[in-house]
Amino acid sequence: MADILVYSEKQAAALELVFKGKELGTALGMGLSAAAFGPAVADSAGAFGAHGADRLFVSEDPALEGLSVDVVAEALAQVAREAGATMVLIASTRRGKELAPRLAQKLGAGCVTDVSSLVLTDGSLVASRYAFGGNTVARENLTTELKVFAVMPKTFEIDGPVAGAGAVVQAALTLQPSAAKMVSRRPKEGDAVNLDAAERILGVGRGFAKRDDVGLGEELAAVLGAELACTKGLSDFGWLPEDRVIGLSGAKTKPDFYLAVGVSGQIQHTVGISSAKLIAAINTDKDAPIFQLADYGIVGDLYEVLPALVEKLKAL
Amino acid sequence: MDIVVSVKTNLDLQMIRIKNREPVLEAIPYKTGDLDKNAVEAALQLRDAVGDSKVIALTVAESNRKVRETIKEVLAMGADEAVLIVDPALESTDQAGVARTLAAALQKIGSYDLVLFGEGSSDDYSGQVGPRVAELLGVPQIGYARKITAGGAGVLVERSMDEFIETLEAPLPAVLTVVSEINEPRIPSLMNIMKAGKKPTEEWSLADLGLDPAAVASSCETLSNLAEEQDRKHVMLEGGAVDQAAGLVNALLKEGILGR
Repeated sequence: MADILVYSEKQAAALELVFKGKELGTALGMGLSAAAFGPAVADSAGAFGAHGADRLFVSEDPALEGLSVDVVAEALAQVAREAGATMVLIASTRRGKELAPRLAQKLGAGCVTDVSSLVLTDGSLVASRYAFGGNTVARENLTTELKVFAVMPKTFEIDGPVAGAGAVVQAALTLQPSAAKMVSRRPKEGDAVNLDAAERILGVGRGFAKRDDVGLGEELAAVLGAELACTKGLSDFGWLPEDRVIGLSGAKTKPDFYLAVGVSGQIQHTVGISSAKLIAAINTDKDAPIFQLADYGIVGDLYEVLPALVEKLKAL
Repeated sequence: MDIVVSVKTNLDLQMIRIKNREPVLEAIPYKTGDLDKNAVEAALQLRDAVGDSKVIALTVAESNRKVRETIKEVLAMGADEAVLIVDPALESTDQAGVARTLAAALQKIGSYDLVLFGEGSSDDYSGQVGPRVAELLGVPQIGYARKITAGGAGVLVERSMDEFIETLEAPLPAVLTVVSEINEPRIPSLMNIMKAGKKPTEEWSLADLGLDPAAVASSCETLSNLAEEQDRKHVMLEGGAVDQAAGLVNALLKEGILGR
């Protein structure tokens, strides 16, 4: 019996894929294996088992230290062979997105990255991803025997997982250390922000005339209990850091509420907000494309509307 | 140091309109990939910092007409030479096929110390080609570079990951992909645009690389490619700023966003 193999360097993302992988495996008559690398990873076998993993392949091989992409790809290729896996699911974090194609190349597999849904259709797995710069969603079918999918984190909700055996297997790996060496590693500057997990987000765009004015948006975000985010354009100006960018080259968010302020609504941005449950937009241009996406729209000057909103919200 | 930079020509995606969920692609002009220009700029800066180096622009397409302007643009930016792989079989290839073509072209070029890519193309943004080429060449890869320093026999790269800034060093040859924050691509001067046409340009077919069309056949079948359907309320809040603000706050209370 062939297996589905799941890997992410982030355990939460791996467990999400294990849960989904188990559902797909059950439908396809495939087993579910996961892989985890590093010290004491066998300790998490319980969590992997509870989410549906039959087997957790672990390794503490010193060559995996620092998780160099070429070594991790080689390790996963060897685990895939050992597990008899024909399908690999990887979380499309930055690390995962550079790993998946290298692994696919090793395995002679087809690959789809930044997958936004995986649906079983007529016995084969159809992966959706954004195409034409986010204008469209392409539904792809890989015709190779081996398939690698890099799935965007938070694509699936873990809902009533079916437990697997969670057996720990020491992977029999033969690895060489990477020629690329990690010299240093530090957290990104500024306040850590996790837009993927934010429930409310206030996004600012080029409607703000100057950097200091973004403070108006920050003030409203604070009153609203929202994370501040921005378009790529604003980050390119250096007004807000890159990790606050939403869109094709930034975060793909799923908040309960997204408020777009001075955001025109170009597809490169809106691709990261289209899954928001509720969207409101404030823009001076009544024809701005953002209004096509909005549940509530305000055609007006943000310099007047934002202070009025802050006042109303404070009065609640 | 021989630096090869891979560039891709895309449709100008700002120009695409959607009609009945279908993208309208007729009469859309071509454009050089945004991140590819960052990669070209990074290559030029490295060349000038290291000295005794050259930058070769490499591109793959189904027709010369599609990539002509891109090649002219990157030569005008300052690349020293260009290599075009043009073959009708490339029209329906996938990322694996492009990677195989590029790897074969790099082997024919023969000398490469660094191979640079944007971290994704402006249209597909799959990020697959760089890592696949690195695997085919059997060399280290470092993705998401935001600073590249060459020195000794290797390269020192600062890269931007989801939550960390990492610094890695790798011996040459190596494959790097760059993020947009690495630099601001230069805009070529009129003088350099005039000179670009005189720079050496090679054009090879797949046969010149010893590849037959089957080697680049796609294994990715696109079942549909449509704009997402969005079901939104489209309620416009009228009045002055104060009324509009009150309207939005009331709507958020009603929707259960506020007051929980």
